[in-house]
Amino acid sequence: MFTPTYVAQQIINGVNLGSMYALIAIGLTMVYGLLRLINFAHGDLLMLGAYLGLLLVSAAFTPLILTLFIPMLAIGFVGILVERLAYRPLRGAPEVTMLITSLAVSSIIENSMVMTVTAQPRAFNLPAGVNQLHTVAGVSFSTLDALTVGLSVALMAALTLYVRNTRTGIAMRAAAENLRAARLMGIDINRVVMVAFFLGSMLAAAAGWLWAAKYSTVEPFMGFLPGLKAFVAAVIGGIGVIPGAVLGGYLLGFAEIFFVGFLPPAYSGYRDAFVFALLLLILLIRPNGILGASTEERA
Amino acid sequence: MSRAMDGVRRVDINGAARNLLVGCAYVALLATLLWLAQSTLNNYYLRILAVIGINIILTVSLNLTNGFAGDFSLGIAAFMSIGAYTAALLSLPVAMKTASFPGLPAWLQATSIPFLPATIAGGVMAAIAAVIVGLPVLRLRGHYLAVATLGLMVIVRVVANNWQDVTRGARGINGIPPLSNIWWTFGWAVLTIYVVWMVVHSPYGRAMIAIREDWLAAQARGVNVLRTRLLAFVLSAFFAGVAGALYAHLITAITPSSFSFVITFNIVVMLVVGGMGSITGSVIGAVLLTLLPEGLRQVETALAVGGTPLYGLSQIIIALLAALVMIFRRQGLFGGREIRLPGMVER
Repeated sequence: MFTPTYVAQQIINGVNLGSMYALIAIGLTMVYGLLRLINFAHGDLLMLGAYLGLLLVSAAFTPLILTLFIPMLAIGFVGILVERLAYRPLRGAPEVTMLITSLAVSSIIENSMVMTVTAQPRAFNLPAGVNQLHTVAGVSFSTLDALTVGLSVALMAALTLYVRNTRTGIAMRAAAENLRAARLMGIDINRVVMVAFFLGSMLAAAAGWLWAAKYSTVEPFMGFLPGLKAFVAAVIGGIGVIPGAVLGGYLLGFAEIFFVGFLPPAYSGYRDAFVFALLLLILLIRPNGILGASTEERA
Repeated sequence: MSRAMDGVRRVDINGAARNLLVGCAYVALLATLLWLAQSTLNNYYLRILAVIGINIILTVSLNLTNGFAGDFSLGIAAFMSIGAYTAALLSLPVAMKTASFPGLPAWLQATSIPFLPATIAGGVMAAIAAVIVGLPVLRLRGHYLAVATLGLMVIVRVVANNWQDVTRGARGINGIPPLSNIWWTFGWAVLTIYVVWMVVHSPYGRAMIAIREDWLAAQARGVNVLRTRLLAFVLSAFFAGVAGALYAHLITAITPSSFSFVITFNIVVMLVVGGMGSITGSVIGAVLLTLLPEGLRQVETALAVGGTPLYGLSQIIIALLAALVMIFRRQGLFGGREIRLPGMVER
């Protein structure tokens, strides 16, 4: 049953799902690294990106790639706006106040969509060519799958270069390592946080577009589960470090696909439960994740 | 050391005895009011009243974890769901079980127990789930508990959807005996308040507050951090399970999606509006924020655009309230202080 082709197919699916998790997890891990905030509103920016993409796609906006780039840019600014209005007034407050605020922001965004466009799921249909299947050596993938992986890798490479080489990028890594010391060195924390929110939200919007295209549907609560799972991915890789988010995203993508693909079909309904059981396991045996520095304090 | 340490001075025995007496008087007053409500209000209002009792249980017990121990659990929906399913499966009449649950284990199919033990069993199952989640997570600093408990919610929903033999999957369980009423919910609410109050004013409670204020200092003074946090978390899960059981026997039909994240979020808002670390604040938050959405639902319908009510509006207002409280009055209405009831001696 598990022929090489079948295994290769599962690997393709895993890379595909993992790419999307990685894109989402990067934004979560950047914000957590800087502010120790689990940003529950992150998944909702993904949803907004998908809706904006749907708006442009159904208006037959061309070229197609712009229906992806425009939402990315727009949602990047939405991310900045959310940080400015909701999180910045709480700088220096106990972590839990920001956590509650992010839950509130998430609820406000979701229900604003329910109020304006209703909770009715909508079809997200791309032009026919994009979903065309290619078969190489018995393994099939669509143009969209190739786009997902290619684009994700390109975006992540660009982000890595940015964080490694630019002044703001270096400042960001410094602030993630030690916020207070970075501030004493004259780093403008507000600016760094703003850039982190912009980049993270941009990647979330890209993931939202790709997610909607893959599953051909959008609805106001679609961001909840991917956002939560991406956080699990970030924890697996080591929260706070960007390469960790990427690694965790791909590992989680593989784990989830393999769970469904290589176990008897009766188990496949438990796919989401498996992801969170994995979180508990990771927190039990390696709470700092794979690439995380072992700084986590324990009781 | 902190605001919450005010008002926990030594009590002499006479003071404690007096408080007990005055407390009994308040319970008698509450009973009279409930009796009055029972004989004057219609079923719609009685049901809202019963839900208020359930929300008081949930908010006051959540306060133990999120207010006093300084953790952040988002497990309300998960624990309610576990409690609801457990209690419903135990209290359903045997005839109904044989008809609707052919796949149920024989011993369970042949048992049907009264409401009170079924409710307690619901609480115990929720508490067991809390131990499983709490043990790996509560050793760590940071708010991993928030994500882990949300994960538990997903796990519970997935299991409820897939474990056909026991939960009937997406069809859910219906025909649950309508045993719950204002007497049960307020009885449990009073018990919850009493237990949480006693715990908070015991050495365990001091340890919780100490951990919240300064984890390292508490540990250095010999506080068993894991055990104390776990106690708070498991106890609040027990009461959430009880609340779920009460709720199931109030609405008489449950499905895997009955206990959604919205419930968890609304209870958190009740808690933060009342003020984390204030038991009386939790009670008032629960009452206000159960009534508010009921009122807002009328507004949603009144503002109907082209025949469809403005769904989402009431949830936006609740969320906005939470965000505004966090930004402008972080300590909530009561800021961790208790309202002193007349006649009670300060402890």
